[in-house]
Amino acid sequence: MELVLVHLFPDLLNLYGDRGNRIVLQERARRRGIRVVVREVRLQDDLPCEGDLFLLGGGEDRQQALVARELARCGDRLASAVAEGAVVLGVCGGYQLLGHAYRTADGRELSGLGLLDVFTEHPGHRAPRLVGNVVATATLAGLGTLVGFENHGGRTHLGPHALPLARVQVGFGNNGQDGTEGAWCGTVFGTYLHGPVLPKNPRFADHLLALALRRRYGQVQLQPLDDRWELAAQAAAVVRAGSRRRPL
Amino acid sequence: MIHAVSRWRLVGAVAAARAVAAVARSLRVGGGTVLPGRVARWLFPQALEELSRGLAPRVVVSGTNGKTTTARLVAQVLECTGLRTVHNRAGANLHAGLLASLALASDLRGRLRARAAVLEVDEAALPGVLPRLRPHVVVLTNLFRDQLDRYAELDRVAEGWRRAVGELPPSAVVCYNADDPQVAEVAQQAPARLSFGIEDAGAGRPGLEEAADVRHCYRCGVAYRYSVVFLSHVGHYACPICGWARPSPSVRAERVKLEGTSGFEAELAWEGQTCTVRSSLPGLYNVYNVVAAAALARALGLPGPVFRQAVGSVRPAFGRGERLAWDGVQLQILLVKNPAGFNEVLRLVVPERPPSLLIAINDRIADGQDVSWLWDVEFEQLQGLTSHVTVSGLRAEDMAVRLKYAGWPEERTTVEPDLKQALRRARAHTPAGAVLFCLPTYTALLELRRILARWGVAPPFWED
Repeated sequence: MELVLVHLFPDLLNLYGDRGNRIVLQERARRRGIRVVVREVRLQDDLPCEGDLFLLGGGEDRQQALVARELARCGDRLASAVAEGAVVLGVCGGYQLLGHAYRTADGRELSGLGLLDVFTEHPGHRAPRLVGNVVATATLAGLGTLVGFENHGGRTHLGPHALPLARVQVGFGNNGQDGTEGAWCGTVFGTYLHGPVLPKNPRFADHLLALALRRRYGQVQLQPLDDRWELAAQAAAVVRAGSRRRPL
Repeated sequence: MIHAVSRWRLVGAVAAARAVAAVARSLRVGGGTVLPGRVARWLFPQALEELSRGLAPRVVVSGTNGKTTTARLVAQVLECTGLRTVHNRAGANLHAGLLASLALASDLRGRLRARAAVLEVDEAALPGVLPRLRPHVVVLTNLFRDQLDRYAELDRVAEGWRRAVGELPPSAVVCYNADDPQVAEVAQQAPARLSFGIEDAGAGRPGLEEAADVRHCYRCGVAYRYSVVFLSHVGHYACPICGWARPSPSVRAERVKLEGTSGFEAELAWEGQTCTVRSSLPGLYNVYNVVAAAALARALGLPGPVFRQAVGSVRPAFGRGERLAWDGVQLQILLVKNPAGFNEVLRLVVPERPPSLLIAINDRIADGQDVSWLWDVEFEQLQGLTSHVTVSGLRAEDMAVRLKYAGWPEERTTVEPDLKQALRRARAHTPAGAVLFCLPTYTALLELRRILARWGVAPPFWED
């Protein structure tokens, strides 16, 4: 089996160890004998339509604006890949770009890809950033607990066509108010969790891999791996996050 | 002239600070490097301005990496010229910490028992502190991503610097690293400036590493072209669009000979003069610290021989590469706190082919609560070594997972969150007489120091 993994703008959106998600997907596929071809897309490059799994990381405001401009040019190719079943994972800034739009702290509106029915607004420079450890329970069956670290100024609100990825136990999540964290719709996933998100949430990593393989190979049963260390790190993260419930 | 009422408030603030420090020490609750400053500031908010007023020169050192060592070098240079210098050498570098070091160096009448000051200042605290300290020289080392949970974004730190540096009077000289594109760009706002950098391309590498922080031109958003990279995004760069390029540095390291973990030799040059320096500080990042100190010496017009002697006499600070003998082995402790620094430490350690390594990762506030940065460190560098790695700290498991995905074999990894136990277990994998490299984050370093002090291996307090 083979998988084409497309890392979008790794030189711009690489703020929080985002390459860790790529390393984990690659390695977990390799251990199961799946060949992974990695394609990096940079500014001015053509977006490859044949990608099975697209990664979009987080960046600082300046880098995010550069990417938003670039996606306005080549984003429809990503949309057509998704229409054919390609999987997309957007983290933090990348998650915001997957939504309809992002209203910045000074009221400018950056349009997004519209692949997720979410909208993000920054409530202004005076509003506190939502920063800290997160423990959440995934809404998707079998994914269990998700852990990570969030650090975002934007507040994301879900529309009727997006489902929350998880319910927050500790931390803020999408907006610090409704208890949701991340969003998904079909094969498109967005989350504020970095850390990066996949190393300590191996079931989520495998879920993405299985989905990405499905469009070429149909239903795939991934052979289980020894995840003791990954789950130990997840447990340690839960302990370090403490028992602080999200403020309402 | 200081107003009489202010004088009495200052005297009171200094006395209170000294009393708090004395109590902290007698209770053995630490070196008392911050709390005395908090008390003094509470009693007299202008204490920092008033105390520092009479000192000359006042030197401020800031940047992500290298500020502690650069400040030590600079302080040593000033001391060697015969100036008694006050210096926050314990590394407490926020407002309260700066004030504490000044207060503790004062007599009971609120007068400094020193003539010059060298203060390392936290990069995010710099904009708030500069107008109070009104320094004669500001040394800006570099800007890397560090503790994003605290500083939010690197651009925001740079923005603060840009404003603060632009408001400096023409009498203040900004010594800046020409090889860091963001620092160099920010420094152009300063009315008076002096650049430093490494000229010797042989000491660098051809390409950017994956985790390089600043890759794109601030003005054009286009990727810089590098002819050589020394560390992370620090090197010889040029923007292909707007022509903004590395300023040719006034003070340069022209030939660099790195000697592994035991130091380096470099030929420094400025305005037709050259001077060869030897240092026991290891690694390319310490070449930058020494060139930064040379730029300061140049800015103050200090003689070359004094500088050379001063640099030669500076030994690594605790956790910055000094060696300690313990239980038949040598401990070499190297602080790791961000990807750029950790990558350089690995580059230093890997060629030594160490039999045993201890990595201790904490996630307290002073370390950064977000441990994502471990994934931007190139642990793949370790491949090919036959060492045993012991991982420890509050996030030992995160480190273990990172190593696993860097291809490091699980059977040569020990996970032991308790640092004291981890030291013993790492020792068991170190043959007698060999070096055990310890790579702790900041609070793990403090904990390591407490343990080693209790065992009588390291001195208990911060003075070293």
